[in-house]
Amino acid sequence: MTETTVTPERPLVVEEGETRPGFIGQNVPRKEDKRLVQGEGVFFDDMKRHEMGFVHFVRSPYAHARIKAVDVSKALELDGVYGTLTGDEVAILTDPFFELSTPPGAHIKDYALAVGKARHVGDPVAAVVARTRELARDAAELVEVEYEPLPVLLDAEQALDDEIVLHEDAASNTVWSGVFDWGDFDAAVADADHVIKIERLHFDRFSSTPLECSGCLVEFNRGTGQWTIHGNHQMPGVGAIWMAPALRVGIDKLRFVSQDIGGGFGNKITLHPQFTACCLLARKLNRPVQWTEWRTDQHTANTHGNERTFLDVTVPVKADGTMLGFSVRAIDDCGAFPRYEPLGCIIWAQVTPGCYRWRNVRVDFTQVCTNKSPVAPNRGYSRMQHLWLTERIVDIVAGELGLDPVEVRKKNYVKHEEFPYETPNGCIYDSGDYARCLDIALDLIGYNSLEEKRRDAESRGKLFGIGIGSTLDSGTNNFGQSLILNPELQFSGNNEVATVKLDIFGEVVVTLGTVPQGQGHETTTAQVVADILGCTPDDINVRAGHDTYWNSNAGFSGTYASQFAVTGLGAVKGAADKLAGEMKQLAAAVFGCSPDDIELVESQARIKGNSEAALPFMALGAILNANNAGLPEDLDITLNVRHVYRPPFEKPDLERKFGNLTLTYATQIHACALEVDPDTGVYEIVDYAAVDDCGNRIHPQIVEGQVHGATAQALGAATHEIFTYDEEGNLLTPNFYDYHVPHALDMPPMQTGFIESESPFTPLGAKGMGEGGGAGIHAVCAALQNALGKRGEGPIVWRSCNPYHRVWEMLESPAETRKLVSVESR
Amino acid sequence: MEVVSRKTITMTVNGESYEREVDARRLLIHFLRDDLDLTGSHIGCDTGNCGACSVLVDGVLVKSCMLLAIQADGAKIETVEGLAQDGELTALQQAFSDHHGLQCGYCTPGMLMSATALLRSNAHPNDEEIRKAIQGNICRCTGYVNIVAAIKAAAE
Repeated sequence: MTETTVTPERPLVVEEGETRPGFIGQNVPRKEDKRLVQGEGVFFDDMKRHEMGFVHFVRSPYAHARIKAVDVSKALELDGVYGTLTGDEVAILTDPFFELSTPPGAHIKDYALAVGKARHVGDPVAAVVARTRELARDAAELVEVEYEPLPVLLDAEQALDDEIVLHEDAASNTVWSGVFDWGDFDAAVADADHVIKIERLHFDRFSSTPLECSGCLVEFNRGTGQWTIHGNHQMPGVGAIWMAPALRVGIDKLRFVSQDIGGGFGNKITLHPQFTACCLLARKLNRPVQWTEWRTDQHTANTHGNERTFLDVTVPVKADGTMLGFSVRAIDDCGAFPRYEPLGCIIWAQVTPGCYRWRNVRVDFTQVCTNKSPVAPNRGYSRMQHLWLTERIVDIVAGELGLDPVEVRKKNYVKHEEFPYETPNGCIYDSGDYARCLDIALDLIGYNSLEEKRRDAESRGKLFGIGIGSTLDSGTNNFGQSLILNPELQFSGNNEVATVKLDIFGEVVVTLGTVPQGQGHETTTAQVVADILGCTPDDINVRAGHDTYWNSNAGFSGTYASQFAVTGLGAVKGAADKLAGEMKQLAAAVFGCSPDDIELVESQARIKGNSEAALPFMALGAILNANNAGLPEDLDITLNVRHVYRPPFEKPDLERKFGNLTLTYATQIHACALEVDPDTGVYEIVDYAAVDDCGNRIHPQIVEGQVHGATAQALGAATHEIFTYDEEGNLLTPNFYDYHVPHALDMPPMQTGFIESESPFTPLGAKGMGEGGGAGIHAVCAALQNALGKRGEGPIVWRSCNPYHRVWEMLESPAETRKLVSVESR
Repeated sequence: MEVVSRKTITMTVNGESYEREVDARRLLIHFLRDDLDLTGSHIGCDTGNCGACSVLVDGVLVKSCMLLAIQADGAKIETVEGLAQDGELTALQQAFSDHHGLQCGYCTPGMLMSATALLRSNAHPNDEEIRKAIQGNICRCTGYVNIVAAIKAAAE
């Protein structure tokens, strides 16, 4: 393939009054693609080391059981088995991982392997290392574990009773609880013309299930005491914060390396238990060890997205359809170990009123443990569940009061002219135009011919429904929100790093702190650097992947939470700006002029307007790196610039739980039309549109690809994907055989649209995006609600996942769900 | 009957001949990845559902996790590493890049093999035929939109 560069069409303003073509905003070819389409990517499982051993975890078949004895002797007798690790050893060799929550959650003891008790099916009880994958699996079956089964707790509301307690050290299943109260909810209720009550809504358990399972290849250097972890942790900065104290070593003893990662979606943020076990094994056995998670293990025992029950939702509404806010009791089921999940108790507050001008919100939030798989951030993390609530509120209220779901949204949306808009809890929505995005989405699905489509569907015996999902994709976290959870935590703000250097042969080399999993960081980075240095993306070598020993990372480095376009590219821009300044300084020193007289164009530094007085990048690189005699003594440059981007954040007011929790708010407005077979509950999405507004788009094709992917995941979660347990705590959907993710034939026709509302707060006017806020789930639920019944008569769609059988049940017994809703009109 | 636990097999992979002694229970995908170091084909599930390991065995599209290596004794195998010739991408590979038909790239090798098999038997497939041809390949990143567009473009 010959590498091509796209001729830029849109001018980029580089200095006031001066324009030139730029690469930002262009669909330049992705740098990552050439290796990936040839099978030449390097994923962790592709790596081999001499004499490495393969790890297999022995996992609990019980959801809740005391571990009375673990006997590894028979496994060790098998030829080719290198060694084992048990929970008892882990308890001696490591300290428990730190807990984010205040008590009771703070007292939970979480180790790399189960110690004393197994708390979910698949909980790793021991590990075996052997010469081959197959042998390791054979040997694991020879490990004899004596269990004493205990009563199983699977229901979050039942967990509140503490009759069965998972973590005796905490003495309660409650991890954290708190009340958030903004505005004056009681006054809003008193002021309302209607008060709508929804007894119960439930956001189901699912996960994005990245196609590449988790894993690592760990090497231990006995001489230096340092571990190299070639793995697919997507947030290694935080992984190291968890692992180093547990392993009782300094943080620099943990080197995280990754090149290509096969999808993450948040599911690879909490790999510290398994990675710690592998570190212990590599040290104990004095050989590299390799762990590749099996698909069934990923579904059973890695991470799920969080499951949330909403109780006693109360919504005060004025006669004209203006909603004044809401109150709710939320119970978050984090499974057996909270790990990252206590932050989910707060993170929803980034989008407290959703897209709406609601000023009075009261949320009583509790998180509990149950005997299910632990959870972790999953695309749309915590905000998705909350935004599903806000969208369900809007559609249920509209349905009960006979309001038009489009008009009621437009009436309650934050208005374009109100940005930047401060929410009742102090978050600053930076920019947007929700009503316009909605109009575009409706246009795309042919909303004007809605009645015609309805009649056509009805003539074929189908029920027709249309639904809207309005969401915010909040990005660039202020980790100060963790203080609302636990004031003792030492986290606030955010940061990301990039290093840009001009090397000896004039090569521009960029090193990122991020950990890409398909988001095209190499490409978008090259676009930004090329525009700043006056060259092309082909001239920019962006190192693939992440390596903590590149020293281009900081505490929050990683790829998560819709932030690269702000934090990652903010760091890139900062470093490239500084390098550009140094290149001008160097050229000025050579030419004996002022740096202000130098411009960077066509891969040269030259005196403005004088193409004869030019130094190609190669000359600049060579002069400073290898031919520097005679340069002015006070020329203090390195041509190797590391920049830390730090977004402007303050710590929140903990008393009021008030402050700006994220820097940007991208918008996703989706519209969905579907047809339901009233006899079977089978339904088909017939039209679908997704409209995105993420500010200035660096690479529109990549943005659109993220929209497609987020939509597909949301549609899977809305229609099929659900982690279901039997009453003994066995997961009934433990792999792709039972857990149906969308295939090519499942995807509806999808149209996309966009607007660009530049963010006033970010280095490039861009907003983080990619998670999508689960808009597809909200839109499908709304469309089903619309299809299944007329005003005040049909069933209430009260769960986030609605497979055909649930739709059929709702059609069969509408009264069952209808009783969940009541309206008090004054 | 003698139980055979290891066997010497020969295979031609992307035009190269190999002879190896393997465990009888070795899966073809593990043979390709671990023994021949052809790591382009990937593993995404335990159950034959994801298609990341798709290869061509004697011209037939196969999920290589659903076949033992010894079952492919004597076969001619094509994997993603064999598509580009002398660094020149095939029309399909180029189309995947042009149309942003890949994000993380993990499903891509299997997807490309399924699409290659499709285009050999049907040079001008319509959308439905394309979707049917890749229904055994799971992608968690793209929603398939641009994959379908890429395959269609390669056919044109």
